[in-house]
Amino acid sequence: MAAPVVDGWFPALALGVSLLKCLFINAYHSTDFEVHRNWLAITHSLPVSRWYHENTSEWTLDYPPLFAWFEFGLSHVAQHFDRNMLVVENLNYDSPMTVLFQRLSVIFTDVVFIFAVRECCRCVQKQKGSRDVLNRPSFVLAVLLLWNFGLLIVDHIHFQYNGFLFGFLLLSVAKHLQSQHLQGALLFAVLLNLKHIYLYVAPAYGIYLLRSYCFTQDNKDGSISWRSFSPLRLITLGSIVTSVCALSFGPFIAMGQLPQVLSRLFPFKRGLCHAYWAPNIWALYNMLDKSLAILGVRLKLLEEAGLPRASMTGGLVQEFQHSVLPSVSPSITLICTLLSILPAVASIWRRPRGARGFLRCLLLCALASFMFGWHVHEKAILIAILPLSILAVESREDAGIFLVLSTTGHYSLFPLIFTPAELPIKVGLMLMFVIYSFTALRKLHSGQGTLLHPLESVYLLGLVVVAIACEIIFPLSPWQQKLPFLPLLLTSVYCSVGVCYSFLRLYVSLLRQEEKPKQL
Amino acid sequence: MQTWSLVSVCVLLGVVVRWGVSLNSYSGAGKPPMYGDYEAQRHWQEVTYNLPVQEWYFNTTENDLNYWGLDYPPLTAYHSLICAYIAKIINPEWVELHKSRGYESPAHKLFMRATVLVADLLIYIPAVVLYCLYLTDGSSKKKVSTLFCFLLYPGLILIDYGHFQYNGVSLGFALWGVLALGLGWDAFGSMAFCLALNYKQMELYHALPFFCYLLGKCIKLGPMGRGFFLLVRIAATVLVTFALCWLPFLSDPSQALQVVRRIFPVARGLFEDKVANTWCSLNILIKIRSILSSDSQIYLRLLMKPTFWQFKLALANSSLAFFLFSYQVHEKSILLAALPVCLLLSDLPLTVIWFLQASTFSMLPLFLKDGLLVPYVVTSLAFLFFSIYLLSALEHCSEEELRLGAYHKLLFFLPKLDLACIVRWKFYISVAAMAGLSIVSVALVPPPHLPDLFPVLVSTTGFLHFLGTFIYFNIVQFSGPPSRKNQKKND
Repeated sequence: MAAPVVDGWFPALALGVSLLKCLFINAYHSTDFEVHRNWLAITHSLPVSRWYHENTSEWTLDYPPLFAWFEFGLSHVAQHFDRNMLVVENLNYDSPMTVLFQRLSVIFTDVVFIFAVRECCRCVQKQKGSRDVLNRPSFVLAVLLLWNFGLLIVDHIHFQYNGFLFGFLLLSVAKHLQSQHLQGALLFAVLLNLKHIYLYVAPAYGIYLLRSYCFTQDNKDGSISWRSFSPLRLITLGSIVTSVCALSFGPFIAMGQLPQVLSRLFPFKRGLCHAYWAPNIWALYNMLDKSLAILGVRLKLLEEAGLPRASMTGGLVQEFQHSVLPSVSPSITLICTLLSILPAVASIWRRPRGARGFLRCLLLCALASFMFGWHVHEKAILIAILPLSILAVESREDAGIFLVLSTTGHYSLFPLIFTPAELPIKVGLMLMFVIYSFTALRKLHSGQGTLLHPLESVYLLGLVVVAIACEIIFPLSPWQQKLPFLPLLLTSVYCSVGVCYSFLRLYVSLLRQEEKPKQL
Repeated sequence: MQTWSLVSVCVLLGVVVRWGVSLNSYSGAGKPPMYGDYEAQRHWQEVTYNLPVQEWYFNTTENDLNYWGLDYPPLTAYHSLICAYIAKIINPEWVELHKSRGYESPAHKLFMRATVLVADLLIYIPAVVLYCLYLTDGSSKKKVSTLFCFLLYPGLILIDYGHFQYNGVSLGFALWGVLALGLGWDAFGSMAFCLALNYKQMELYHALPFFCYLLGKCIKLGPMGRGFFLLVRIAATVLVTFALCWLPFLSDPSQALQVVRRIFPVARGLFEDKVANTWCSLNILIKIRSILSSDSQIYLRLLMKPTFWQFKLALANSSLAFFLFSYQVHEKSILLAALPVCLLLSDLPLTVIWFLQASTFSMLPLFLKDGLLVPYVVTSLAFLFFSIYLLSALEHCSEEELRLGAYHKLLFFLPKLDLACIVRWKFYISVAAMAGLSIVSVALVPPPHLPDLFPVLVSTTGFLHFLGTFIYFNIVQFSGPPSRKNQKKND
């Protein structure tokens, strides 16, 4: 399979989006900005032994050690911009030079993401007879990834380092697609030690590498050939992963701080849902619970005094109980997640479909964890949207699912940016991405019927109605005072429907796929 | 991909870039007692809302003309009035008489920036889209590329959305005028241009080409018959438009006279900014008188050959002439030359891009004063890179493409040099010089005995570029019509 040549248009796209990001330097930034400034200060000013014990600020270090080392490296550049940001006591310090430095650091570390996108574009199959650059799968993929609305909003306005992290994820996927499994495993191990949320997709990696890399051959009918097991490969993989983890956690294990580090990384005291419900199954569950409670009170089946005070979408993240339906604990969410990824993982064990099957399984693990996880952030939907882009430019069915998932997922990010000054940017970028993804994917898969079912189109148009209701009508209506959480509730419940639907469709497509010999 | 989707994406990107720039500071932010253009616009909203029409242009106890008195024609005043009505609904404090002087708040800034965006969306951007789709040659991809680069011109974005002005309205109306004339709707075009003129008197820079083109067209159609009817129709449209705009001021001759006195002040103003405006307006009148002697060639040629191509070139040459050969013109007036030059983006890409970049660069001291360094750098880099890449400007440098064919024969005594190579190298050196001067203006402190060293260097460099462009466009205007066979399919 010849890799398409990535010529002049790729640097143009990359440069264009980087320059656009520079225009958002003075836009609103969330508390995540202070979080990272605090981590710069901690890693720069304090000795390593104090990093995971420091709690002057409420934003304690809760990413794995490799990310702390990354911040340590950044802090050495930061001192040339404004020394005061590196003082731990300077809480909420945001001088213009601090803002400039932090924003530029995100823009510069995105180079990892740009490199990863280039690698992914090389792996995508070239369409026959497409002389028009705009109609090539690699071009469409590059735009969908580089100009992804969610990444732009979350990284460059809200402020995070997701581009950098997703660069590692996509690069690791690209390496697997290019059959360089050791490099892929190394990159994923590094990624895990940068942000442990990617544990969500670790099962896909584990099972895939075990089945397709450690067992060097399959039987003729595709089933597992036990005799082809290669202990050498297993040991190599194991040593790569353990050495990366040792490098990252080693110093802390040596200092006996491992329990403290782990307690920072996995704080289970937080509630089932974030203050703004991520559009997953639990949002629907909460909604059902609330509706049943209200219905029960109206029908005089329940006593209002007996119901716990519900403030699930209040500003604080508290523990709470459900009123009518059984309460959900962390272990239940874990069991649900494991049960939901079991069929996907089992499917690539029994009938591996090469690297693309692995990608599909990764996608399903990410989406399943999003659906059933404990205290999921709505930003986590990006872990599903970005890999799905790769599948969307190659297969018509995946393109349809991508359109539903990406539009819904991106819209669910709207409440993250709530300031009026950023509203035109939010709406403008969203419209750009929607128009582009719809028209480009339609053109790419033209001649094979429509991408979207009419009902899906109606659902997506409903998003426009929800948007107008939440952004324009609601702030001017009398309910603004009484029920301030209503737009958040509406957004998350409406989007949950779309996300659940995409999840089910992806699962069906995985289980329904016939085994075709894929030359990968 | 379909054209409409590409066009929408370009327009949306243009809007996002504009709003991104508007997140930065504006002129006179936090600088009492006079502040800047932003405060001037806010003050005009206050004056037009609270005072009756008869007092807008007069110096009364309620209306102190020394504090940003109205010195644009009536349409600006009406626009301010409309904005003031909306401001009053949102927050009356913004337009309270006297008390709202120097009012600054994030919400107010958002409102003011929004008024600029709305005006652009209604007037300037549709004109640009229609112009690029219907009046430029080439494949649809080339048209969309032209549209994108036109929308990305940094000078207008930085002045309107950074410094804070409403140039998009007057330039937009002028562009509608050009668009209409190009499509053959002469009466509509004249009306649009009259609206532009009644918004900012600086549009007089463009008045003579409009006049000569239309007159030439009437003469060509036959001084008796169709030509005459066209002339009557245009004259009637112009008169009616002017009458409607000036209606509240026509009841009393002294009213109209006072307005004229404000927009063409004979007596000098007291403050620096106003001096520039004085000269700006004054020199237009001086210029028109001297027109017959020096630059008449431009207009005579247009009169004799009223084609759309000649019209565009005359617009560019005329506004450049006005800008160059006048005293102490305000830097922002270069925008009046930039708009006609943008019209030539698809025909002569390299020169146009070069000029547009130089025009943005020439306003650097103003941007630095307003705290707009980052948007300046970002938009200039984006414009340079994308216009050169999308329009393949550096590849189309041959003699024929630069339309210099006729005049090369005159310079036959020069050795046979590769024109394309020379032009490209001149371009690189010029861009490097502009970049270097930009860095130096920011990074270094000027020597104490030459405090204005950098602004002077910047304006000199700008002047040289503009002069060069002026000479070039004059050559092109006199070297004949464009060849029709330039219909290359650009990828």
